[in-house]
Amino acid sequence: MWKPENNWWKPLDPIEKRWVTIAFIWCLFLTAMMPIWLVMGKQNVPAKTYKILPADYMKVVDKFVEQYTVGTDETTGIPIVEPPPGGNAFILARQFRWYPILKLKEGETYKIHISSIDVQHGFSLQPTNLNLQVLPGYGYVAEIVPTQKGDFTIVCNEFCGLAHHLMVGKIIVE
Amino acid sequence: MNEKNAAVTWEGIEAKEFDYRVCPATGLLVDTKAEKLVIANAVAAVICLTLGGIFALLISLTRWQTIHLLDATWYYRLTTAHGVDMLVAWIVFFEIAALYFGSTALLNARMVSPKTAWLAFVLMVIGGGLANFAILTGKADVMFTAYVPLKASPIFYVGVILFAVGALIGVGLFFVNVFVAKAEGRYTGSLPLVVYGLVAAAIIAVYTLLSGALAFVPALFWSLGLLKQYDPAFYRNLFWSFGHPAQQINLCAMVVVWYMLSHITTGGKTPNEKLSRFAFILYVLFINLGSAHHLLVDPGPSFPWKVFNTSYAMYLAVLASMIHAYSIPAGVEIAQRKKGFTKGLFGWLKNAPWKEPGFASLAVSIVIFGWIGGVTGVTIGTEQINMLAHNTLRVPGHFHATVVGGTTLAFMGLTYYLIPLVFRKELRMKKLATLQVYSFGAGMTLVSIGMIIAGLQGVSRRHFDITFANAAIQGGIPQGVHIGLALLGIGAIIAILAGTLFVTIVLVSILNPKKVSPTSVTLVIPQESVNVPETKKEPSAKGTFVLVLIFLMFFATYYLSNWWLLGRTWFIR
Ligand code: HEM
Ligand SMILES: [Cu+2]
Ligand SMILES: [Cu+2]
Repeated sequence: MWKPENNWWKPLDPIEKRWVTIAFIWCLFLTAMMPIWLVMGKQNVPAKTYKILPADYMKVVDKFVEQYTVGTDETTGIPIVEPPPGGNAFILARQFRWYPILKLKEGETYKIHISSIDVQHGFSLQPTNLNLQVLPGYGYVAEIVPTQKGDFTIVCNEFCGLAHHLMVGKIIVE
Repeated sequence: MNEKNAAVTWEGIEAKEFDYRVCPATGLLVDTKAEKLVIANAVAAVICLTLGGIFALLISLTRWQTIHLLDATWYYRLTTAHGVDMLVAWIVFFEIAALYFGSTALLNARMVSPKTAWLAFVLMVIGGGLANFAILTGKADVMFTAYVPLKASPIFYVGVILFAVGALIGVGLFFVNVFVAKAEGRYTGSLPLVVYGLVAAAIIAVYTLLSGALAFVPALFWSLGLLKQYDPAFYRNLFWSFGHPAQQINLCAMVVVWYMLSHITTGGKTPNEKLSRFAFILYVLFINLGSAHHLLVDPGPSFPWKVFNTSYAMYLAVLASMIHAYSIPAGVEIAQRKKGFTKGLFGWLKNAPWKEPGFASLAVSIVIFGWIGGVTGVTIGTEQINMLAHNTLRVPGHFHATVVGGTTLAFMGLTYYLIPLVFRKELRMKKLATLQVYSFGAGMTLVSIGMIIAGLQGVSRRHFDITFANAAIQGGIPQGVHIGLALLGIGAIIAILAGTLFVTIVLVSILNPKKVSPTSVTLVIPQESVNVPETKKEPSAKGTFVLVLIFLMFFATYYLSNWWLLGRTWFIR
């Protein structure tokens, strides 16, 4: 296009200087917001993760379900499990279901472990709208406090196969 | 024109060694071999755009829940094909065309090895063809991301790898052309800014395409059964080291096109070459860190790793975009003021050539890219806020504003000027071309905003049926969702009509047998001016400064309201 002037190394004019300064301060603010929220905010991405083989994860989940089952969902036959407040709870993702259904108490803290035993899935809690990626081989430990009562669905929001849209789970909060 | 092989010497260089013509607009030599390659790549690009556009219409009408056109399998299949044909094929073919154009025509230089360039082209065509074949025959229902361990047929990976290798060769040739041009003294002094920007894009392309190979070659072995395990977290990191910077090649190329369009349509130049070049360097240095913002809610990486990387080490790449977002309109403002449009803060803008397709696409592209794409991107790319947006329709809502309303629209605008410059044909139906630009922009704005509205209410991307009609467990969805999805569908119809118009105008113009007369070709279109002021003083860009401040206020409002939204959801850590 145009040929640059021979000496283009010239100082910024006052407006340019002002804009670059303002923009840079804004960028610093954007960066700072994340650590600030880490300390002050109540919603942070869980940082606790661990590696676990799918077969091992399945065993842990089975044990958890055996220990705390309080009923079965009529339409799906999936067990409804009520973990103790403050304790560990487990959710297993596989093509194309979430297992089991959790029953939680409002205002209590739960350490919810999430992992997949086949492909990648997306944990999307609705209508609260909280979304996490779920990988096989990796356990996620989310310390969650439900702040509302009701039935919540877990939508799978990572494409996981041709029946991906049928993969819906549930969390009940009382 | 086109006196082949005449023994003309130009600044001491025998021009005989390549077939050339003298560009009537710039007076520079144009290597006709390079020109053919530019044309081939541009045509391939438009074909891919057409194909991807047909798929876009079908999947959009499926997501519009009231219509729900396709069945699940074809919705997923065509979403995969749309991703590959648009994001990979259309964009990369066009960028290779731009790189060849920039490294030859704009530098008065030659294509050093046309044969290699044709090899690259053939590899890309075969690769793209194989990938499409695998997808459309149901051998690769994996989305363009192909997240391991979801497996596609080896044909798919081979296709992607061949395409990437072809592109890498093309990028390599660009560097060779630039170096040889310098060595042969075909241009003097510094590289023009737009070529400098293309160099930045090409550097990003090298590490992008290498990461792509690193991600896909093991995936190929794994799909062939030669590799037993492929860690999904590792794959995601590698994939996005390819997938994210690939968007930054687009960004970089688009900014270059913005500078070109502003110069072609108003004569504007950057007010400060140093600042603009510095901003391109920021892209090269920091943009690859952005791949992390696809992994924000993944298990594995630590908080500091995520924050450092997604912030591009303190949002320095965002700073770069904010610099260009000022420099380009400021260049226009200064050029306009010099022409005498000095009234008030915005007289220069009011009197800008709004009816010129190039200026229209520049303005619309900047607005959609910055106000919708940039603002939503930085917001959902924030570590904690990403929990609200990850894998929801807000994500495609964001990138259709960047890569479609921004990049694609800018590329369309530039194409209208390449028709006389490269194809040497007159642009036909110019009024319709202007209409095309505005309606495509309007359609894409609806598509983006529709997706964002639905996504804000939790609607997933890549999801066939958000009413969960056939699922064992039922979940209600907010009513507002349907409004968002209808906007998406209506916007898609408008955008596709406008896209069809684009392809029609291009075809009608280039298939017209009559060559444009050389005297009518100009680089900068004729400018209107009114009683030009006497002063020698360089006008300042006060109007632009006000505009960017308003932009920043909008940015801050959207950004902060998302923190507020996040604060209302369940506690999680
Ligand atoms: C007329 C223009 C277009 C329309 C109406 C359109 C519409 C859509 C729709 C409805 C989806 C599916 C969203 C979902 O269900 O998850 C989608 C996905 C996508 N589009 Fe477009 N699109 C257009 C142009 C483009 C262009 C030009 C590009 C790239 C340059 C592009 C890149 C993508 C990508 C990468 C995806 C994601 C695919 C995936 O999730 O795997 N689109 N588009
Ligand atoms: Cu799933
Ligand atoms: Cu899924």
